[in-house]
Amino acid sequence: MSTASPALDVKNRIKRSKSEKKNLAAGILFAMPVLLGFLIFVIGPMVASAYFSLTDYSIASTPKFVGFGNYKRLFSNEDPFFYKSLGVTTYYVFFSVPAQIIFALIMALLLNKEIKGRPIFRTIFYLPTIVPGVASAAIWIWLMDPDLGLLNQILSMLGLPGSKWIFSETTVIPALVLMSLWTTGGTMIIFLAGLQGIPRQLYEAIEVDGGNGWHKFWYITMPMITPTLFFNLIMGLIGGFQVFTQAYIMTSGGPNNASLFYVYYLYREAFSNFRMGSACAIAWVLFIIIAVLTFIVFKTSNKWVYYEGGGNK
Amino acid sequence: MRKANIIRKSILYLILILLSVVCLLPFYWMLRSSLMDVSQIFVMPPIWFPHPIKFSNYKEALSILPFGRYFLNTFYIVAFVVSGTIITSSLCAYSFARIRWKGRDFVFGILMTALMLPYAVTLIPTFIGWHALGFYGTYVPLTVPAWFGGGVFNIFLLRQFFLTIPKELDEAALVDGASHFTIYSRIIIPLSKPALIVVGLFSFINTWNDFLGPLVYLDNENKYTLSLGIMQFQGMYSAQWQYMMAASTVVVLPTVLIFLIGQNYFIEGIALTGLKG
Repeated sequence: MSTASPALDVKNRIKRSKSEKKNLAAGILFAMPVLLGFLIFVIGPMVASAYFSLTDYSIASTPKFVGFGNYKRLFSNEDPFFYKSLGVTTYYVFFSVPAQIIFALIMALLLNKEIKGRPIFRTIFYLPTIVPGVASAAIWIWLMDPDLGLLNQILSMLGLPGSKWIFSETTVIPALVLMSLWTTGGTMIIFLAGLQGIPRQLYEAIEVDGGNGWHKFWYITMPMITPTLFFNLIMGLIGGFQVFTQAYIMTSGGPNNASLFYVYYLYREAFSNFRMGSACAIAWVLFIIIAVLTFIVFKTSNKWVYYEGGGNK
Repeated sequence: MRKANIIRKSILYLILILLSVVCLLPFYWMLRSSLMDVSQIFVMPPIWFPHPIKFSNYKEALSILPFGRYFLNTFYIVAFVVSGTIITSSLCAYSFARIRWKGRDFVFGILMTALMLPYAVTLIPTFIGWHALGFYGTYVPLTVPAWFGGGVFNIFLLRQFFLTIPKELDEAALVDGASHFTIYSRIIIPLSKPALIVVGLFSFINTWNDFLGPLVYLDNENKYTLSLGIMQFQGMYSAQWQYMMAASTVVVLPTVLIFLIGQNYFIEGIALTGLKG
C-alpha cells in the first residue's frame, strides 16, 4: 500500500469517503422506520413516563407536579396494594420460572432422544402456546371449576381430594403456576434447538472414556445448554413479572387480592382509578426491578454460563 | 441388553404420549363441552363423548354477540399489522445486515435493548399520547406502530437470516450499478421467503391473540376484536359453558390452523431466536 503514489491515495480516499457517505445515507434511510419508531414509541414514552410519574394526573385534568409524592405513597405503604402486588408477583415468578424451565428442559431432553415421530410430539407440545390468552383463560376457568371442573373430577376418580384452584386465596397462585406449565412449548423448542446444536463427538468422547448416561448429561449436556438456559431465564423473568390476562379475566386479582399481579394493579390504577401519574411511577419501579434482575443474571452469568471458545461473546 | 433397551424405549414413549395427552386434554375438553347439551355438561362422573352432538351451540353462541363483526375487525387489524411488520422490518433488517454504515452495530445494539423493555413501562405514556392526539377508540394505536419497524425482535430475526446470504450477490449487483433498493427487492427479499413467512406468522398470531391493546384503546363495541368479544361473553354467560366453549373454539381455531399449516416455519423461527441470543 505504501508504494502507491500519494495522488492516487488521496483520490482513493475521496472516493471511499464519498461511498461511505452514500452508505451512511442509505443505511439510515432504510433503518428510518425503526429509528423513528424507537424515538416515538420507546424513548419518548420513557421520558414522558418519568415526567408523569412525578405528577398528579388524571387524563381529564392537566398534570400537577408533585415531586416524588407518587413514589413516597407507594413505598410508605399508604397504598397497601403496592406491596401486596409486589409480593404476589414475586411469589409467582419465584415458582413459575424455575418450574417452567425444568419442565421445558425435561420435555426437550425426551424429544432429543432417538425417537420416531419427533415432529408430531413437538407440534403437540407447542400447540398450547398459540392459544389466545383470553381463550385459554376461559378453558382453564372451566377446567378448574371446583364442583364440575375436569381437574377435580380426575382427582376424585383417583381417590384424591379436590382443590379450590383459582377460587381460594391459598391455592390461586399455585394453580396459575400449574396453568403456566401448559404453555412452556416455546421454551422447550429453544432448549431443543440448543440440545441439537451439541456436537456428537463430545458424547462419543465420554463413551470412549467409559462414562454413562449421567456423566453425559452432567459433563456435556448441562454445560453446553447453559447459554440457552440463560436466555430462557431472562425471558422467563421478564414475562413472569408481566402477567396480566390471567389476573384480569380469571380472578380479577382475587380472591382477597391473592392474585393481584403487578401489571394488573398498574392497569387498575391507570384505567379504573385514573391515576396516570401513580401508574407511571408503578411502571418505573417495575422497569427498575427487571433491569436490576437482568443485570444480576448477566453479572453472574460468566460464573455458570459456558461460552464456546471461552470468549466473552 | 436388547430387552432392557425395549423396556426403556417403551417407557420413553409412554411418558411422551402421556405428556401429549396432558397438552391436548384442555383442547379436547373445550371441543367436547362446546358440542354438548347443558344437561350432559353437569353430569357426574363426566361424559367424555357428547351424544347427541349439538352443533346448534355454535349457532346460538355466535348469534348472542356479533362475532362476525368482531372477526372482521380482528382481521382488519391483523392485515394492517402483518403487512406493516413485514415491509418495514425487512427494510430495517436490510440496513443492519447488508449496508455498511458508520455506527451501525452500535445503533443496532441500542435498539436491541428494547427487547428487554417491559411493555408495561411504555403503556401509560403511549396511551396518553394517542389520547391527546384524538386516536383513542380507533384502530390507529393498534396498527400504526407496526409500520415503524415492526418490532425489534422481527428485525433481529430477519437480520440473522439476511446475514447468511452470500455477500457476493450484492457486490456483483452494485458493480452493475444497482441501487440498494434494487438489491433489497430483487435479491434479498426473494431469497428470504422462509424468514419473511416466520415473521408474518408470528405477527399474525400475536396480533390475533392481543388482548391488552384492544382492551386499552377500544371503547366502542362495534370496534371490538374477538378477544374482547370473548371477554364480554364471559361477563354475560359465566355459567353457560357450552356457549362459552363454542365461542372459544371459534377464536382458537384460526390460530391452530395457521400454526398447523406453517408449523415448520414456526419451529425454525423460534429455534433461530434462542441461538446467538
